[in-house]
Amino acid sequence: MSGLLSSSIARKFAMALSALFLVFFLLMHVSINLLSVFSEDAFNTASHFMGTNPLIQFVMQPVLMLGVLFHFILGFILEIRNRKAQVVKYAQNNGAANSTWMSRNMIYSGLVILLFLAVHFVDFWFPEMNYKYIQGNPEDPTRYYHELVEHFQNPIKVGIYVLAFIFLALHLLHGFQSAFQSMGANNRKYTPGIKKFTMGYAIVVPAVFILIVLFHFLNH
Amino acid sequence: MMNLTLKIWRQKDANSKGQMVDYKVTEISGHMSFLEMMDVLNEQLINTGEEPVAFDHDCREGICGMCSMYINGEAHGPDRGVTTCQLHMRMFKDGDTITIEPFRASAFPVIKDLVVDRESFERIQHAGGFVSVNTSGNTQDANAIPISKIAADEAMDAAACIGCGACVATCKNSSAMLFVGAKVSQYALLPQGQVEAKERVLSMVAQMDKEGFGNCTNTGACEVECPKGISLENIARMNREYIKASV
Repeated sequence: MSGLLSSSIARKFAMALSALFLVFFLLMHVSINLLSVFSEDAFNTASHFMGTNPLIQFVMQPVLMLGVLFHFILGFILEIRNRKAQVVKYAQNNGAANSTWMSRNMIYSGLVILLFLAVHFVDFWFPEMNYKYIQGNPEDPTRYYHELVEHFQNPIKVGIYVLAFIFLALHLLHGFQSAFQSMGANNRKYTPGIKKFTMGYAIVVPAVFILIVLFHFLNH
Repeated sequence: MMNLTLKIWRQKDANSKGQMVDYKVTEISGHMSFLEMMDVLNEQLINTGEEPVAFDHDCREGICGMCSMYINGEAHGPDRGVTTCQLHMRMFKDGDTITIEPFRASAFPVIKDLVVDRESFERIQHAGGFVSVNTSGNTQDANAIPISKIAADEAMDAAACIGCGACVATCKNSSAMLFVGAKVSQYALLPQGQVEAKERVLSMVAQMDKEGFGNCTNTGACEVECPKGISLENIARMNREYIKASV
């Protein structure tokens, strides 16, 4: 690789930056979704704003797409390079003795999230783009809640979402705190607090996503 | 006294294909070091006219960094804070089967049996792991430069790295960042290292990448397996130093 990403540390830093961006996006996503549990109107208003605001639609959305693509592509490139760095594998390797399962399997939890994103896009994003920009339907600010609820009536679909959020939690459990280390933020004073905060986030955010899905499945 | 089965990687030379071979050793005392147990095996092999197992060793007191070996799936075996020469046989039980492999990394090619070429570490050191001081007789007394106790201690902790390569061997990505992080840190923490700090970190990281070590993914395995307790903080410091030097 050349240019800005030519060194291992630069790639590490870029991976961490894109990760933090996606972590922040998750917080926004879960906050809006959570509204659907408390108020149909509030959820519709927030979704309508997100779906029609030009800044969000034509600036933030492409930036988010690029962020997601960047994180996945760089993740795959790093994985390929890392595999080349150790061609002959050990006959016996006791990884559990010195590291967490999450930290050793980021590529697999990441792959599950990537597959989930495909399902998620087919469920929500493609129909949304089709509705708004291809069919050019007039905007209906009250449609979002029903569209959301409709998707979570199939137990298989609910199962897929719950499983994906569990893998998201596993990915975040290592990834979030790891981003700080990659950016050089590791010291005796702040790191224990950062680790606790990131672990809490990694569990709470996916758990709230799961609860929202289950709420709509069980309530309708 | 223990009787053990050893599964050992045997490889004639760098170009040959290796394989795991089973051996039996008997009457092994728990007080022996792992290398002494290997000596017993080799005596046995010499007596029966077989080729002894090649393995690296030098000081046998945990400071030279020569002894390597991946024992039962861990660099320097199952104990913590020890090199292979400091690993006691009392860590094992009678009847155990012990798997012994060379350190695996593309940047550490196997030379023979359990011996790997770790010159890639030397080349990283040559790239910048030093301070260019004038030693012609007018060098300033080091004690005349005020250094905080914290910085001195942290620099000393980083300098404890013996360059054994356990970090690379342990890392699933074969990353050398703990080693390079320690070498960068030991100078970055002290005033004497400041003058060449920028060139040092850039050159050492460039050499590390050139040698084909993998990318660190912060699993933290290196820190756990390091015989000298080198902390991940050193990698974070290297990342900071590198970013500072790059912008």
